[in-house]
Amino acid sequence: MPGEVHDVNPMDETGTTSIIGNAHIFLTQVWAILWKDIRYELRSKQTWTGMALFALLVLVIFNFAFDLRVDNKAAVAPGALWIAFVFASLLGLGRTITAEREKGSMDRLLLCPVDRKAIYLAKLLGNLLFIGVVEIVALPVFAVLFDVPLLVGALVPVVLLGSLGIATVGTLFSAMAAATRARELLLPILVFPLIVPVVIGAVRLTEDLLAPVANEPPWLGLIIAFDVIFLSISMLVFEYVIEE
Amino acid sequence: MSDPYLAIHGLKKSFALKPVLRGINLELARGQRMALLGANGAGKTTLLRILAALTKPDAGTVTLAHYDLRQDAQQIRHLVGFVAHQPYLYEELTALENLLFFASMYSVPSARERALSLLGEVGLERRARDRVATFSRGQVQRLAWARALLHRPQLLLLDEPDTGLDSEGLALIERLLEQHTERGGTTLFTTHQLERALHLGNQIVMLANGRIVYQQATASLEPAGARRAFEEMVR
Repeated sequence: MPGEVHDVNPMDETGTTSIIGNAHIFLTQVWAILWKDIRYELRSKQTWTGMALFALLVLVIFNFAFDLRVDNKAAVAPGALWIAFVFASLLGLGRTITAEREKGSMDRLLLCPVDRKAIYLAKLLGNLLFIGVVEIVALPVFAVLFDVPLLVGALVPVVLLGSLGIATVGTLFSAMAAATRARELLLPILVFPLIVPVVIGAVRLTEDLLAPVANEPPWLGLIIAFDVIFLSISMLVFEYVIEE
Repeated sequence: MSDPYLAIHGLKKSFALKPVLRGINLELARGQRMALLGANGAGKTTLLRILAALTKPDAGTVTLAHYDLRQDAQQIRHLVGFVAHQPYLYEELTALENLLFFASMYSVPSARERALSLLGEVGLERRARDRVATFSRGQVQRLAWARALLHRPQLLLLDEPDTGLDSEGLALIERLLEQHTERGGTTLFTTHQLERALHLGNQIVMLANGRIVYQQATASLEPAGARRAFEEMVR
């Protein structure tokens, strides 16, 4: 009857629902949280603008700070690019969960019967999207400033996998840092040491695209392994990090 | 009570070694409306947060509709609607978008129809497509009520639910509470006002320093005795 109080929750009498039903609910919730975050950001314009400006500023400063010649360009440019990405990412990563914690809306979200893995996955995808937008803005500027070819096709998997590694670790630790007073300070301290392998791998792969080097270690494999390991761990522990 | 809908036994909670709840025992039958009275820091909000599966207790058991809070937190979340004195809505989203978002979190069927119908019930149908940031305090609180009722909860937990509401808003929440009780819903609410507790509740519980110091059904309550206990509690 419409308006009637539920006698049972959406689970059936045996307390189980089908795997397909659960997966559908999970994905619907991931999409709803992600879409809410995107819509919120499009209207408030708090995170994207700051991240993009920050990344561009880092690239400009590096461009002036280094003496760029043809022979050292390949050595300096990838490092500058990834430093810009990492710093800008951390700026955004700190905002997504912290903002919800500060406003109390994270508590309200945790009151819902939503799988905590769904919250993590949605926040991760949101962060990845925010970082991706910043990278799309920053990459052409990087190519012009450092006078290097854009190499979009070859660079996309490197940037995507590297960003996924940063976002995976960053999303988990931003939830951890958000519960503390010194969150702005704590987040980089926690995240930087952990993402070192990804950053090294991404820088070396980018370097290799600009000036191919023989007998390089399998950096792409290392980044993929990092992403898989940290994604699995983060999905498992997020519940304990986010709940009181 | 032979088969209580909500049963709390020996509930304890401390924050940074400071005890907030010191062994709460409480039972509620289906359809009851229990008022929790207490001074600031008495433990009212902590108790509600534990019942909403938002804060984990240090000791004790809570069962709701035969679900155990520790093992079946997700099932319990399906059954609970929560209104806090802070509404915690997404200000950059419209009223309808807020309700549709939470409807997807609770897997509410026919979400749009349900959301629009609730917006009508709380008198916000004309503001459905306006951003919450432009709402008055009272309108935000009405929207928080609509969100709490969205998934037709069995248990309503209300933490000072009338904050920011004018007389019209107060009449509205009385009507919503009445409807909830008529449908067989149970309610536990906190308030600082004895008159409000006597008016809305059919059970009165007073908390002081994390302990229950007074408990009485309003039908068998002696007003002078309740007033004395209340004044002693807030002293």
